[in-house]
Amino acid sequence: MEAVFSNFGEYLDAFGVTLALFAVSGLASMVLGLVLATMRVGPVSVLRGAAGLYVTVFRNTPLLVIFIFMAVAAPKLGYTFRFVEDVEIAGWNVSAYFTRACIALTLYTSAFVCEGIRSGVNSVQLGQAEAARAVGMTFLQSMRHVILPQAGRAVIPPLASVQIALAKNTSVAAVFGMAEATATMRAFNNNYADQRVQIFLLFALGYIVIVEIISFGSHMLERRAKVA
Amino acid sequence: MRLAGVQKHYGNLHVLKDIDLDVARGEVVVVIGPSGAGKSTLCRAINRLETIDEGEILLDGQPLPQEGKGLARLRADVGMVFQSFNLFAHKTVLENVTLGPIKVRKKSKAEAEARAKELLERVGVAHQAAKYPAQLSGGQQQRVAIARALAMDPKVMLFDEPTSALDPEMIKEVLDVMVDLAERGMTMIVVTHEMGFARTAANRVVFMADGAIVETTNPEKFFTNPESDRAKDFLGKILKH
Ligand SMILES: Nc1ncnc2c1ncn2[C@@H]1O[C@H](COP(=O)(O)OP(=O)(O)O)[C@@H](O)[C@H]1O
Ligand SMILES: [Mg+2]
Repeated sequence: MEAVFSNFGEYLDAFGVTLALFAVSGLASMVLGLVLATMRVGPVSVLRGAAGLYVTVFRNTPLLVIFIFMAVAAPKLGYTFRFVEDVEIAGWNVSAYFTRACIALTLYTSAFVCEGIRSGVNSVQLGQAEAARAVGMTFLQSMRHVILPQAGRAVIPPLASVQIALAKNTSVAAVFGMAEATATMRAFNNNYADQRVQIFLLFALGYIVIVEIISFGSHMLERRAKVA
Repeated sequence: MRLAGVQKHYGNLHVLKDIDLDVARGEVVVVIGPSGAGKSTLCRAINRLETIDEGEILLDGQPLPQEGKGLARLRADVGMVFQSFNLFAHKTVLENVTLGPIKVRKKSKAEAEARAKELLERVGVAHQAAKYPAQLSGGQQQRVAIARALAMDPKVMLFDEPTSALDPEMIKEVLDVMVDLAERGMTMIVVTHEMGFARTAANRVVFMADGAIVETTNPEKFFTNPESDRAKDFLGKILKH
């Protein structure tokens, strides 16, 4: 216990990094996933094919492999993302590591977001899209005003699971030198070998709190969607 | 509106066989025929919810656009009423009627609502405007669907078996709205087995079987003395019930 409490600032910082990875990748994966899902159910066959290929590639590749690619191969190809190091957000200096970790997490997670949204879209009766087209809406208008609002409720549970998985998947960034929660836990373990069990429990607790908050948020959203 | 040499296949199935059909402005054409004849496919081809393999479909002398914005505009000019209503489930009755005018015709909300209320009044569901579709009876939902289509000021209205999902006591309220529409001079293509409607409102009856137009006559003659054996056989079956 003492190991964590006497270094509590470090503990909080570590979860701060975890949360930052989660927040950035979570938001980016929702946006990219929505674009991919729209391409996948849309009328343009080239876009449908491209989005399908994307999902096949990134859903079936282990996250660790994507991380290794971003950390090792991408810089070789000239994508170091060093330019982000000039950026400062709220006193925080964005690192190239952080950026590459977010990209890896986003690439991976958006494939799952895409499939979650697509299953929700498929749960909406076909007649709804036909009626929207029949009054002259374009595909994008019918998605925006008719299909997605009705898919909304059906997509909340699968998207919550995807985001919960993402919150835990941020731990893979530990391997690449991000001082997020899991990496910090390992450092604590090395320095306080006699308190490993307690250290483990306290870090697990941190993850549990994050996941519970996401679950709670999703239940609230679901309840609100039910009323409407 | 004109269809010339329209052909459509689903794989090996030839669903529309060389369809020629002219519908003059203000004319009401009833399409009748056994299940699987291709009546729904014909309606869906006319506002291009389905593509056709060959032939031409012209509206006001213009061929149907293939894709994109032009196609969306065409669909706005062709009103469609489905057997299963297909009202937007997450929108109120009023919003169902104003959504198209606002998003597609770019009308102001106030203008769209004023017109929607007028149309809901006309089809007799004005007092239900704030409800959701699921709270309405089938007959009321179908009348809202007609108002939704009319709100786009269409040049033609297509009805695909608008009363066949309804309980008998609700059929009349929907048919009354359609008869009124016909009397006001709307151009209509109506797939229905309702003889009463065909006799009061239709200028012509088109009998379809196996993807082809078998005969075109006036309603009186069709129901009393049809020419083709297919039509006699078909009428024999529906009149027994
Ligand atoms: N999407 C489709 N794919 C394959 N066959 C279809 C499809 N839609 C309709 N059909 C077939 O086309 C034929 C005509 O169908 P339809 O136009 O619905 O007939 P109707 O409305 O006169 O009952 C039927 O044999 C039907 O099984
Ligand atoms: Mg049909």
